[in-house]
Amino acid sequence: MNRLNNLNRRGFLQTASLATVATSVFVSRPKLIFGKGTNAEESCTAWTHAKIMPADGPAIEDGILVVRGSKIIAVGPSASTTIPSDAKVVDASNKWLMPGLVCTHSHVGGMGAADGSSPIQPGVRVLDSINVRDAGFRRALAGGLTTLNIMPGSGHLISGQTVYCKLRYYDKSHPNTIDDIVIRDMDGKSLGGLKMANGTNSIGEAPFPGTRGKSAYLVREQYVKAREYHAKVVAAKDAPDKLPPRDLHLESLAEAMLGKRIVHHHTHRHDDIMTVMRLSQEFGFRTVLHHVSEGWKVAKEIAAAKLPCSIIVLDSPGGKLEARDMTFKNGRVLDEAGVRVAFHTDDWITDSRLFVRSAALAVRAGMNREKAIQGLTLAGAEMLGLEDRIGSLTVGKDADISIWSGDPLSVYSRVVETWVEGKKSFDLSEPEDRLFAEGGYGAGEDIDPFLCCYAQAWQVGGTK
Amino acid sequence: MQNQAKKTNRWLKSSLCSLMLYSFVGSKTIAQDNTLIVQAKKIYTSAGPMIENGSIVCIDGKIATIGATSSLIVPKDSKIITAEVVFPGLIDVRTCVGLSGILNSKHDSDQIESSSPIQPELRAIDAYNPGEELVEYIRDFGVTTIHTGHAPGELISGQTLIAKTFGNTAGESLLVDGRAVVATLAESSFKTGKQSPGTRGKQMAMLRALLIEAKEYQTKLAKKPDSKDADKTKEKKDDPDSTARSLKLEAMAEVLSGTKALLITADRSQDIASALRLAEEFSISIWLDSAAEAYLMIPQLKKAKVPVLLHPSMMRASGEQENLTFESAKLLHEASIPFGIQGGYEAYVPKVRVVLFEAAIAVAHGLPYSAAIESITIQPARILGIDKRVGSIEIGKDADLALYDGDPFEWTTHCTGVIVNGKIVSKLPR
Repeated sequence: MNRLNNLNRRGFLQTASLATVATSVFVSRPKLIFGKGTNAEESCTAWTHAKIMPADGPAIEDGILVVRGSKIIAVGPSASTTIPSDAKVVDASNKWLMPGLVCTHSHVGGMGAADGSSPIQPGVRVLDSINVRDAGFRRALAGGLTTLNIMPGSGHLISGQTVYCKLRYYDKSHPNTIDDIVIRDMDGKSLGGLKMANGTNSIGEAPFPGTRGKSAYLVREQYVKAREYHAKVVAAKDAPDKLPPRDLHLESLAEAMLGKRIVHHHTHRHDDIMTVMRLSQEFGFRTVLHHVSEGWKVAKEIAAAKLPCSIIVLDSPGGKLEARDMTFKNGRVLDEAGVRVAFHTDDWITDSRLFVRSAALAVRAGMNREKAIQGLTLAGAEMLGLEDRIGSLTVGKDADISIWSGDPLSVYSRVVETWVEGKKSFDLSEPEDRLFAEGGYGAGEDIDPFLCCYAQAWQVGGTK
Repeated sequence: MQNQAKKTNRWLKSSLCSLMLYSFVGSKTIAQDNTLIVQAKKIYTSAGPMIENGSIVCIDGKIATIGATSSLIVPKDSKIITAEVVFPGLIDVRTCVGLSGILNSKHDSDQIESSSPIQPELRAIDAYNPGEELVEYIRDFGVTTIHTGHAPGELISGQTLIAKTFGNTAGESLLVDGRAVVATLAESSFKTGKQSPGTRGKQMAMLRALLIEAKEYQTKLAKKPDSKDADKTKEKKDDPDSTARSLKLEAMAEVLSGTKALLITADRSQDIASALRLAEEFSISIWLDSAAEAYLMIPQLKKAKVPVLLHPSMMRASGEQENLTFESAKLLHEASIPFGIQGGYEAYVPKVRVVLFEAAIAVAHGLPYSAAIESITIQPARILGIDKRVGSIEIGKDADLALYDGDPFEWTTHCTGVIVNGKIVSKLPR
């Protein structure tokens, strides 16, 4: 696993070095809060006799996982793992423990960032639109998810800033606002990426681009401006009066070029994937390819560019021309070519409660099982730049855990509990949690997704 | 146990003839081209207990014999296909595939026509594309029969048909043309501005007016003189009461006479209640389609004896379907309400759903295993009125079979063979 991490980082740095040559910007990773370290006074829980799938190493048949406060403090085989004397011991025989699942691409809670006024609006934050009371969050917990990258839609070339969230649904009063669930860096700044898209979703009537060539041009034009803007900011470092007027859009693009904001790029067709690669090399932004329906056609190229892929798995291909060749084998082909693969729900496109199914269908088409499990956890964490903190059951990481009634890749297995940072946030035996897990009267959400600019795609051949 | 023994005995007797015939052919060591033998560790027939280590002999596209592999005499060179598990060919009780295509563009979207809210005269056979790649796509998972047609989204959007998923033309794959007329009681069939319908009340008013008109049309037709009587026809020509042929009212008259069912898409409980009210008022046979809140209407559905073409288990829980539950199938089963699980219709993605997966989710949420198999085989066949031909593995029925390399409901199992009318039409595996 470490080897893969290193590969990934090397890939990232290599891309960055191109950017350095071209643009003289440097890349820095966001600083993260690692917590206060564990305190012996904090409550301690130990699950014993569990089957543990840590995601950063081989499965443990009879294992122990110990959590103190919000962190994992021990994980290993029963025979060789010590349980602290003050630990509350939970017999987890017949249960499977996995890291909390990481969804790299979700629209839960509302997705109102960029509006219809322009195809490029990188300064708009999805953070400002999210309703933490949306039923989608509770459903996500019922699916074993603990971390979401909530994204604006794909109806724009650049639809705004995404936000990384932890599902800290501890009780009725928490979370109360979006502030309670965002993930922050050491400076307290909320973390998130930048959503971009190409292909047919972001093509439309002016001011939106009418062709793929125009799409790429409009994006390049803005990044060029952002580079100049940032140069002025740097030049004014010791002379604040020389600062250019603050521009939220250009600032956001500069953050992407500085590596402070990972670009999460919607793309389907193989040639569109190559366009993303070209742009990310020209401007040096760190990129995760999303959906990547035709990734299997250019797997070697993606591997060579060391771009990770967050893929979607749907029941059937199509819905639009560029997704016609979508296939269950995408994950296998990409993985075998050496591409890092994660899955995502694109919730509401697929239901977060069924997130593991995406990985299982990839396994159906031949993907390595361990890699598929990583695709739900550690690989996703890497793609958000959060792998030092989440994504595996590793000592020192956040105690984000999904507890299963059996093999997670089996249709018959259920999430029985989901823990976020050491606190139980979902329990199937609780009636209210069960309502969200199963559905039923009152389990519905009252927020409709903001479709804006690809409402047309949704409605072609539709009802009106 | 006794029952099972009786059944086995009956099988031995009934199959003796074909077995003898078969071994006779075998003695000549000529395997017939029109014969296919399917052998599996587990055969779920939807017509009795599961058969372990069984064989199914298909001759001339029909199921000729079923029984234990050990008791079957197989001629040399016989065409044999093996599997871990065999299900009857799956039936999707309600889809729009073939009218609604993979591209979701105007070139392949014929499932809805928005020029008028009421168009029962639109036939599915004039729009169904048997070559649509999504028809092949679901077939590769074991779906051999589909009830497809016009989509929900207009008050009455058109008709449906029943077809096999194999065949070069609509006619070649057709089982039943014009099986049902499709109606929608939901906001999705509201028109905007000053057009009707714009409310639930207006929807029902329009449907009732239409059925009343169709009834009058029916009555007039019944009174109409025999067309062979040339003189009388001539006489009637100028009669203002004479009935000009109306394709619209003809279709609705067939609903009144019971030749066609009225399929009503309704998710909210008040819309389900409206559908039942309509069925009672006009004594028509209706099928309740989608029915996200059916679990709130169990006593009413039981009383009305209305079958449910149940929403896909994985349908999105939003809008008028926000209250749906993964347990819908389980709850209907427990109430003994007949239902089939559908692939349904999606305006965007996934363009088609696979009923095998939808039934799998129902099992994971409490529907008994055998009931889940039945919900995508014999139950749809009974509801659609095609159970004499398809829906179970029984002697004399069409040789439509789905083969798997493990528990078919598991995500990681593969469909390894699909047989339609005794022909292997897929061996992917998928």
